[in-house]
Amino acid sequence: MTHTAIEFSNVSKKFNNAGYNAVDHVSLTIEEGEFITILGSSGCGKTTLLKMINRLYEPSGGTITLFGEDIISVDVVKLRRRIGYVIQQVGLFPHMTIAENVATVPKLLKWSKEKIDARVEELLYLVGLEPKEFNKRYPSELSGGQQQRIGLARALAIDPKIMLLDEPFGAIDAISRMNLQEELLRIHGGLKKTFLFVTHDINEAFKLGTRVIIMNQGKICQFDTPRNIVKNPADDFTSSLITASRNQERFWEGLD
Amino acid sequence: MGGVRLIEYAMNYPDKLGKALLEHLEIVVITLIISLLLASILTLLAMYSKVLSKILIHVFSVIYSVPSLALFAIMIPVMGLGKVTAITVLIVYSQYILLRNFIAGLNGIEPAIIEAATGMGMNNMQILFQVRLPLSKKVLFTGVRLAMVSTIGTATIAASINAGGLGTILFDGLRTMNVYKIIWGSILAAGLAIGVNAILSKIEQII
Repeated sequence: MTHTAIEFSNVSKKFNNAGYNAVDHVSLTIEEGEFITILGSSGCGKTTLLKMINRLYEPSGGTITLFGEDIISVDVVKLRRRIGYVIQQVGLFPHMTIAENVATVPKLLKWSKEKIDARVEELLYLVGLEPKEFNKRYPSELSGGQQQRIGLARALAIDPKIMLLDEPFGAIDAISRMNLQEELLRIHGGLKKTFLFVTHDINEAFKLGTRVIIMNQGKICQFDTPRNIVKNPADDFTSSLITASRNQERFWEGLD
Repeated sequence: MGGVRLIEYAMNYPDKLGKALLEHLEIVVITLIISLLLASILTLLAMYSKVLSKILIHVFSVIYSVPSLALFAIMIPVMGLGKVTAITVLIVYSQYILLRNFIAGLNGIEPAIIEAATGMGMNNMQILFQVRLPLSKKVLFTGVRLAMVSTIGTATIAASINAGGLGTILFDGLRTMNVYKIIWGSILAAGLAIGVNAILSKIEQII
């Protein structure tokens, strides 16, 4: 039996001074354990959609529930601690070591030192970094890919059931990016968490997502499995995305 | 010849120069302690409201642009002559320097770091003390250094309203055309400012 993890009912977001809805009357249901990717071009509202879940943005209308609970009724700090959050710029604390970065929230929750140390070690192994080598380093001594691994470990620290990832690999070179995608799939498979992953890269979206949300101008064009979307694109925007990607493939074949 | 007389003057009146120097330091230290407390409270309030932060900076920048002699003079009818009036004016002056540096420093943190901190469930106070403060300590300390050096300078003028300090030697010298007093007053005031600036700059490099 599956549980509904996230539900949007008629959710809109209009920013001050904007003449249009950044997110426009969106309703959707996400089951626990799904890996949802949100695909769209810049300005389509995909990041806004994501940031309403941990209330970095408040919806202008509609309701969002997590496991049946309206997020507006939960203390915002408590809500955020239940949700892992990873962003493209990573945002590691430069004055703290890697271990301290990963331990940020456990420390706020006053875990014992032994419990924190054990958790940090476990998380670093999980994201593929050797604790002995990285614990005492500072973020500036890490490559972009390694920093994002730490960003991921930090977000997973207190075992949130939901993970929000906002173009986490957007600034990472192609090879590291491939590796990180594989690792993310492995981590998701092992943890039974619900992942929401925003990207503007169609390959990334279709590779990672068990289901893909395609967004355009604040609305959801299609929300289905990658296979179904490719088989039956719901509208012109979705077909044009797929065509563009196919054309790119042909370009590569032409180089062979 | 002049140099010998200058030293002779200091030998004859060491208590006078020493007293003025100590008085000067006393004014500066009291001003700095109260200024830091006040600026910390105001900065804390400013962190909660962008509007308030703009109003505070604006008000203190207007006051800061008033020449110090004029501000001392305006305060005399209200608070009378003396050290308390002088310290009050110096505190108000240093608020602009401190607030500007404090607010700019705390708000100058890379937005992604603040977004990550907020997203992981740190509240405003935790972000302020665990993220903003440690990351901006250099800028904050620069504010303290600038405020202290400027207070040392402006405190010299405070002698004009009977606050004591090194300005007394200077103004006495000017009134009686005593070159040694003028020179000693200048050397000590400038030396104090330069010395404090040098020491604080060194500390700033370490932190």
